[in-house]
Amino acid sequence: MSTATTTPAPVMPAKHFLNDNYGIRSWLLTKDHKRIAILYLFSISFFFLLGGTFAALIRLHLLTPNGELFEADTYNKLFTMHGVNMVFFFLIPSVPAVLGNFLVPIMVGTKDLAFPKINLLSWYLYMAGGTFSMIAMVTGGVDSGWTFYAPLSSGYLKTHVIMLAVGVIIAGFSSIFTGLNFIVTVHRMRAPGMTWGRLPLFVWSNYAASLIMILGTPVIAITLILLALERGFHIGIFDPKLGGDPVLFQHMFWFYSHPAVYIMILPGMGVISEIVPCFSRKRIFGYSFVAFSSIAIAVFGFVVWAHHMFVAGISVYSALVFSLLSYAVAIPSAVKVFNWTATMYKGAIEMTTPMLYAMAFIGLFTIGGLTGLFLAALGLDIHIHDTYFVIAHFHYVMVGGMVTAYLGGLHFWWPKMTGRMYPEAPAKLAAIITFIGFNLTFFPQFILGYMGMPRRYWAYPPEFQVLNVLSSAGASILSVGFILPLIYFIWSLKYGEIAGDNPWKATGLEWETTSPPPTHNFHEIPVVTKEPYAYGEEEEVPVVH
Amino acid sequence: MSDHTHSHPTPGLYAIILVTLVIGTCATWAIAFVDLGIWNPVVALTIAVIKATLVILFFMHVFYSSKLTKLTISAGFFWLLIMITMSLSDYLTRTFLPLSPK
Amino acid sequence: MSTSQTTTGEHHPALAHQFDSMEQQQDASTFGMWVFLLTEIMMFGGLFTAYLIYRIKYYPAFVAGSTSISVSWGFANTLVLIGSSFTMAMAVWAAQTGRRRGQVWFLIGTMILGSAFLGVKAKEYYDKWDECHIPGHIIGKGFNTWGGCSAENPKLGNIADEIREKTPSEPETSAVQTAKQTEIFFSFYFAMTGLHAFHMIIGLGLLTWLLLRANRGEFTGQYFTPMELGGLYWHFVDIVWIFLFPLLYLISRHKGGA
Repeated sequence: MSTATTTPAPVMPAKHFLNDNYGIRSWLLTKDHKRIAILYLFSISFFFLLGGTFAALIRLHLLTPNGELFEADTYNKLFTMHGVNMVFFFLIPSVPAVLGNFLVPIMVGTKDLAFPKINLLSWYLYMAGGTFSMIAMVTGGVDSGWTFYAPLSSGYLKTHVIMLAVGVIIAGFSSIFTGLNFIVTVHRMRAPGMTWGRLPLFVWSNYAASLIMILGTPVIAITLILLALERGFHIGIFDPKLGGDPVLFQHMFWFYSHPAVYIMILPGMGVISEIVPCFSRKRIFGYSFVAFSSIAIAVFGFVVWAHHMFVAGISVYSALVFSLLSYAVAIPSAVKVFNWTATMYKGAIEMTTPMLYAMAFIGLFTIGGLTGLFLAALGLDIHIHDTYFVIAHFHYVMVGGMVTAYLGGLHFWWPKMTGRMYPEAPAKLAAIITFIGFNLTFFPQFILGYMGMPRRYWAYPPEFQVLNVLSSAGASILSVGFILPLIYFIWSLKYGEIAGDNPWKATGLEWETTSPPPTHNFHEIPVVTKEPYAYGEEEEVPVVH
Repeated sequence: MSDHTHSHPTPGLYAIILVTLVIGTCATWAIAFVDLGIWNPVVALTIAVIKATLVILFFMHVFYSSKLTKLTISAGFFWLLIMITMSLSDYLTRTFLPLSPK
Repeated sequence: MSTSQTTTGEHHPALAHQFDSMEQQQDASTFGMWVFLLTEIMMFGGLFTAYLIYRIKYYPAFVAGSTSISVSWGFANTLVLIGSSFTMAMAVWAAQTGRRRGQVWFLIGTMILGSAFLGVKAKEYYDKWDECHIPGHIIGKGFNTWGGCSAENPKLGNIADEIREKTPSEPETSAVQTAKQTEIFFSFYFAMTGLHAFHMIIGLGLLTWLLLRANRGEFTGQYFTPMELGGLYWHFVDIVWIFLFPLLYLISRHKGGA
């Protein structure tokens, strides 16, 4: 059945979720969470490449200080489309919609999510949102910045702001429905014996991210609706000329967009919590601390939003409070970093590709997180707000953290999702290239920001050119690191080694079913009796009834 | 878990709630024309909260629902309160003290 | 009243494949609806937050705006909606106790009351259009608060045009400022009641669908989950109005008229 053995070569199961049904209708009308995850995989890869193209154009343009490649207005459109595509159409869905959709039901031991049709609706909403965004792009692009600040976006720009805002709102509802599905599934559909204390930390992280999705996303929906009303009907909600308050827009926007960054990072942290114990062959250190720190990040993440507004004109006293709370929110993240490191300590480390990405995550996320504390300090923020320091900070957490975790997770679960192994040598090479390229791109930006180069500027003083050239050089290396997996993942679908049920000898219910899993996930619903992460205690995979 | 299968509101209880809600609405409307100064909005919103609570507990069956349901609703209102109070904490403290002595 | 499968291997036709029992399905669906209502609390909540901030900042203008909308119609509408919540709760009860005709009639009652609410709202919106209280200068006759609309008083014009013509060096008159602030009150009035009305229209659509299914006898004590979920949605929309009424209609009424 599904006990891991070493003697016979693994074979693909005869029937699994990929070949259970053929034809475009069986994919576009599927209710299987695993197929929906694959649909998302294609879609978000597309938006990642699109956002990456805009990034490439930005870095090309910034090679010279006088802005010779693009006009100023065009440059504004480039960074706007880069930000919108990356934040709303790649980072927010990435791990939850691809890995979460695929794994959460299997990890809790059930046949599907609570509401499969709503899950499919989620994907269609995402595609609809993406369509509106693409329309805005091809009809001239938008130049408001991904933050849509009013009254610039509501009263002055000539570009299709409302079209793009509608795309973001619709994609937001996609996110809400995914989060809703996860929350109900985790609460109400766990297998017999699967207590909260036995859930994989990946589930805890996605659950915490789902809490944020449902509590925060509606606020950006209403904010953008008000923005669209202001723009369309010339009423003054945020426009000071008409009696409105631009800081109110920022309050409402950041009430969602700050917790949104925790939507982005928490599932990535969940991935790391799965990879690190597996390749240290050691149980995770401090399971409950890691689990509760996810919830703490979700809760604390909601009370720090005005740290994006320190220089916008808010009261000094509330700025003090938000600054203090921003320091507090760093603590649960630090707890996780400590626990992952402690897990690795005296573990039997296996340097597989997922582990390389996980170790990169721990280092790069730490740098990103610590530089966030620089920004949370009121006095320092006055100097580095809206400079490249901020850009470097969030790219360290988002790319060095989140994208790294996403790639690590893709590599870790690729064998489970497709039944095939990716080729290890090119994968390791890609991981290393990505690491080098990433640091070369973004580390100089810390220095640039500290030296005073503002963000979102299409031209800069010539003394900043050397660092900008370094950064652009790094970007070209980074892009190679991102393209390589695209190539070898596709290659592996036909030529990759057959993986078998549990190529990593990992624990967790997903490894106890076939690779790829059958449509209903398990041939029989498991009864859970073991604690999670039972590495290094017994070598055989736990028996499932 | 869910015990609404065993005990659920009767039409009689619904009717009582309805009458209470109507009385509350009339009270809100009538008190609005009495000058209570700063307390007018407080009274109006207090009555609104009581009405909403009755609708939630009885019309929406929450009185008979699981702890999870009750926790979920409380979390929702708590989050709303976070948004309101922390936003107001900016606006209401902007002129506490002058930023620099003249 | 809801039971799991009647015998091993025999499933209620409405049991979805991912659930093990009708009870689990009912539980999960109800919980899912509550999670969705949470998102609605936050969405309306964003509007409420912004409204509260402006009410504090522009209190006199908000008093003026509130005084100009009809408290009698608002009061009547509140009673109508509370009544519709009662009929909806009764409809769910009828489903739970297997009364097919009861479900149908109570659903129809809810829809009639809901439509009455929307009718009154339409009348109120028309009154605002007539009095030139529609914010912005896209819809209707423009916005002004000096009495009479721009059609009768062409000299007064509307706010947006006046702002456009003003040069920065000229200070704003306090009349213009108050007018702008009152316009903001009406922006929120229309945004909040408009979003609420939009939800009611969707609610009426849901009720229609439920009515068709209830009429076919689909809902009994064993399975009435869609009715329960529809009820939750409808009651939520009622609760939003329970707060909207005092917040919009009753600002400092003791000073103004009815």
